[in-house]
Amino acid sequence: MTTTDSPKAAPPPAGKRRIGDVVFAGLARGSGILILLILAGVAAFLLVQAWPSLMANTSNFLTDQSWDANSRENPSFGVAALAFGTVLAATIALALATPVAIGIALFIVYYAPRRLAATLGYLVDLLAAIPSVVYGLWGMMILAPKLVPVYEGMTRYLGWIPLFAGPASTSARTLLTAGIVLAVMILPIITAMSRDVFQQVPQGHREAALAMGATRWEMIRLAVLPFGKSGIVGGAMLGMGRALGETMAVAMILSPSLAISFDLLQSGNQTIAAHIALQYPEATGYGVSALIAAGLVLFAITLAVNMGARYVVARGNKESA
Amino acid sequence: MSMTTTQPPAPGSEAGSRTELSTGALPRRFPLLLLAGSALVVAGVLAAFSSFGPVAWALLTAVAYTVIIVTASVRVEGGRKAKDRLVTAIVYGCFLLAMAPLVSLLYTVADKGLDRFSPYFLTVSMNGVLPSMDAGGVYHAIVGTLAITGMATLMAVPIGVLTAVYLVEYAQGRLKKVITFFVDVMTGIPSIVAGLFVVALWMMLFGPGKTNGAAGAISLAVLMIPVVVRSSEEMLRLVPQDLREASYALGVPKWRTIVKVVLPTSAAGLTTGIMLAIARVIGETAPLVLTAGSSAVSINWNLFDGQMMNLPVFIFSQFRMGGAVNYERAWAAALTLVLVVMLLFFLARVIGRLFAPKTR
Repeated sequence: MTTTDSPKAAPPPAGKRRIGDVVFAGLARGSGILILLILAGVAAFLLVQAWPSLMANTSNFLTDQSWDANSRENPSFGVAALAFGTVLAATIALALATPVAIGIALFIVYYAPRRLAATLGYLVDLLAAIPSVVYGLWGMMILAPKLVPVYEGMTRYLGWIPLFAGPASTSARTLLTAGIVLAVMILPIITAMSRDVFQQVPQGHREAALAMGATRWEMIRLAVLPFGKSGIVGGAMLGMGRALGETMAVAMILSPSLAISFDLLQSGNQTIAAHIALQYPEATGYGVSALIAAGLVLFAITLAVNMGARYVVARGNKESA
Repeated sequence: MSMTTTQPPAPGSEAGSRTELSTGALPRRFPLLLLAGSALVVAGVLAAFSSFGPVAWALLTAVAYTVIIVTASVRVEGGRKAKDRLVTAIVYGCFLLAMAPLVSLLYTVADKGLDRFSPYFLTVSMNGVLPSMDAGGVYHAIVGTLAITGMATLMAVPIGVLTAVYLVEYAQGRLKKVITFFVDVMTGIPSIVAGLFVVALWMMLFGPGKTNGAAGAISLAVLMIPVVVRSSEEMLRLVPQDLREASYALGVPKWRTIVKVVLPTSAAGLTTGIMLAIARVIGETAPLVLTAGSSAVSINWNLFDGQMMNLPVFIFSQFRMGGAVNYERAWAAALTLVLVVMLLFFLARVIGRLFAPKTR
C-alpha cells in the first residue's frame, strides 16, 4: 500500500544469484574488451615487426616504386606502385559493379515476381559464398582467354582513349580482368546494402508517386533513389573496402610487374595484397618485415574507406529518421 | 457543394480523347512474345553464320528485344511509358548479367572438377606423390581445413556471442559505442592483414619461419569474430522484450534470463549466423598461405606442430605448379570446397527457416 519507492525493483537479495550475475556480466564485458585488445594487438604487432625494415630502408617507403627487400644490407623498397595498383583495381571494380548492383537491388525489390524475390536474392548472395581462390581459378583459366579477343578489339577501336592504349596483353592477365572479377565479387555486398535501403522506402512516398500517375521508373526516380542514396554510397564504399583487400583472385590473375601505369589492357600493375601473398614464401632478409609494412599501408587504406562508408550510412540513417 | 462542380465531363462528350486513352497500351503478352521471338530470330541468324555461342546469343537477344520494345512503345504508348519499358529491360538485364558469372563458374567447377573428383581423390593425401604424377588427393587438405576451421570456430564463437550479449543486454554509454565502432573496423580488416598479424605475433613468440595450423586458426578467428558479433547482435535484438520482462517478473536473475530465455529463443538465428561465418572463412586462402604453410603433403592432425595443408591453399599451390595434372587437382579441390561451402550456406538457411522463433 505504501510502496511509493522507485518503480524499479529493489536489488535482488544478496547471495548466489548476484555472484552469477557478476560473473556472467564480467565474461560478456571481458569478451567485448578482448576484441578491443585483439584489434590493438593487430596494429601494434604489425608496427613492431614492420619497424626494422622501415629503419633499414634506403629509399622512401611511400614514393619508391621498386621492391628489393630480400637482403640484409641496404634494402630498398617502396609501396607507391603497389598502392596505386590496389586503388586502381578497386576503382575499376567499383565502377563496374555499382550500376549493376543498383539494377539488381531494384529488380529484387520492385520488379521480380513477389514469390520469387527471396530466392533470387539468395542466388545473388551465393556469389558472395564462393571462395576467392575459386574466383581466381575461374578468372585465370576461363574468363581471361575469352577476354583476349575483346581486348584486341578494344585497343583497335578504342585505343585513342588513353586507358585502352595497346598493344593488348596476349594473355589478358591485366588489371582490367582483375577488376572485372573483383566487380563480380563485390556485387553481393553493394546489392545487399542497396536492397536494405530500397525496402525501407516509406510506402507512402511510393504510393504518392504512383497515385500522381508516375510510371514505375518515375516512381523509382522520384521516391526510391533519393531515399536510398546514402545506402547506395555506403554499400559501394564497403564493396570498395572489400575489393582493396582482396588477395587471391588478383594474385592468380595478374601477371605482375611493379609499375605505375594506366594502361588497363597491358600487364604491368600489382596490388598490395597480391604482392604480399606472392612474395611471402620467398621473402628473406628484411623481406617479411617489409611485406608487413606494406600490409600496414593496406590496413590504413581500407580503414579509411570503411570508416567513410560507415559515416555516410550513419548520416543517411539520421536524415531519414 | 463544390464536389458537384468538379464533376468529370460526361462520357461520350469527347469521343476523340476516349479512343486515345484506350489505344495507349501495348498488349499484355507483347513483351513475352517479343522476347521469345527475338531469341528465336537471333538464334537463327547466328546459326546461319555458324557462329552460335551462348554469350553472343544472349547479348544480341537482349539488344534486339530492348530496341524493338522501346521503339514500339514510343510509337504506341508515348515517351514516358517507353522510358519505363527501357528501364525495366535494363533492370532485368542487370540481374541476368550477375547470374552469368555464377552459372559459368559453377558449371566450370562442376565440369572440370568431375574429371578427378572421386572417392580416391577424397581419401588419399599427396604424401610421396610427385606433382606431375597421375595420383594423389586432398585428404590431408580436408583434415587441415576441418582442424583449422574447427579451432577458429571454437575461439570465435564464444567471444563473438558473448560480445553480442554484452552489447545487447548490458552495455551502455561510451564502451558500447567504442566496441560497436571497433567491431565495424574489424569487419573491414583485409584477410591478408589478419594473416600478417599472426605472422608478426608468431615471429615475436617463436621466432621467424614457424608455421602451423594454430596460427592459421587464429588468423581465421580474427576474421570470424566480427561476423559472429554482427549476426548474433541482430538475432538477440529480435528477442521480444516481453520475454525478458516475464522472466524478471518471476524473480529470475538477469544472467539466468539470458542463458535460459534469450539465448534459446534466438538459438536458430545464432546457429545460422555462425554457419554463415564458417562458410565465409572456410574458403579464406591468403591468411593460411602465410600462417599454415603451403607445402605440406602428408596428413597432419596436430594443430601445433608443422605445416598444415587445407583446401583453399591446396587449390592455390596446385594452380601455381601449373601442369595439366595440377590444374585437374586444383579444379577437383575447388569442386570439393564449393560443395562444402554451398552445403554450409544451404544448411544455414534451412535451420534459420525451420527453427525461427514464432514472432506472432
